[in-house]
Amino acid sequence: MEQIPFFIFAAIAVLSAIGVISVKNAVHGAFYLMITLLQVAAIFILLRSPFLAAVQVFIYVGAVMVLFLFAVMVLDIGKEELRETFNQQGVIAIPAVLVMLALIGYMIIGGKVLAPAGNLTDDVLIGNSTEVLGKELYTKYLFPFEVVSILLLIALVGAIVLVMKDRKR
Amino acid sequence: MLTLTHFLILSFLLFSIGVAGVLLRRNIIIILMSLELIFNSANIALAAFSYFLKGLNGMVFVVFNITVAAAEVAIGLAILVAVYRNRKTVNVDELGDMKG
Repeated sequence: MEQIPFFIFAAIAVLSAIGVISVKNAVHGAFYLMITLLQVAAIFILLRSPFLAAVQVFIYVGAVMVLFLFAVMVLDIGKEELRETFNQQGVIAIPAVLVMLALIGYMIIGGKVLAPAGNLTDDVLIGNSTEVLGKELYTKYLFPFEVVSILLLIALVGAIVLVMKDRKR
Repeated sequence: MLTLTHFLILSFLLFSIGVAGVLLRRNIIIILMSLELIFNSANIALAAFSYFLKGLNGMVFVVFNITVAAAEVAIGLAILVAVYRNRKTVNVDELGDMKG
């Protein structure tokens, strides 16, 4: 019986995601987003990927949300609260989103998976998917792994350069 | 019994909410949070395909996706701090100088 936990996690995730985009205060939005990210980690557990769940909690809930809260704190945007929350393009945006929801929902429900199934047994998926994932990451996916590490280095240097004050003036 | 469709519908609901947030909100920090929602919906879809097709490619892709999202947030918030230092606003409607 996995359905009951799935529906609980999914309902909390969707409700707090709606909370993210509808609250006025950015700090409250950050906390709602944290709830959504934790539910997504639980969904990863239901998909038998404990490594992904741990990474989700460490990186998203740990690092990314702290970065968001830090930015909100540094920028001191409390005074922005009283302004109008939504912009004026809701008349166009809401029907567009609803049409997209209907179209892709129709495709998801009517679609059929034609991709060939892989060769992993349930034993591997439930037991030690982390070990298999690590071996794949360091052998078959070594080049993307290195590229992503260079990307992280560029992001690190770029973020420092962007927020550094110009010393010449 | 949970099927692939359950996870895809959840993923797509989160994706739509993220798109609605990007389109509707004015606060640029909330827009970045909505982008995180979109990233997460893609991660759910990839992990679900990985599990139901019994392959590892989706899970590897989720790991890379989370890394790229972390880099994106770092750069995005750095740009936000730089913009706020110059313009003293986080309202995207007032940041339309590059509009043609």
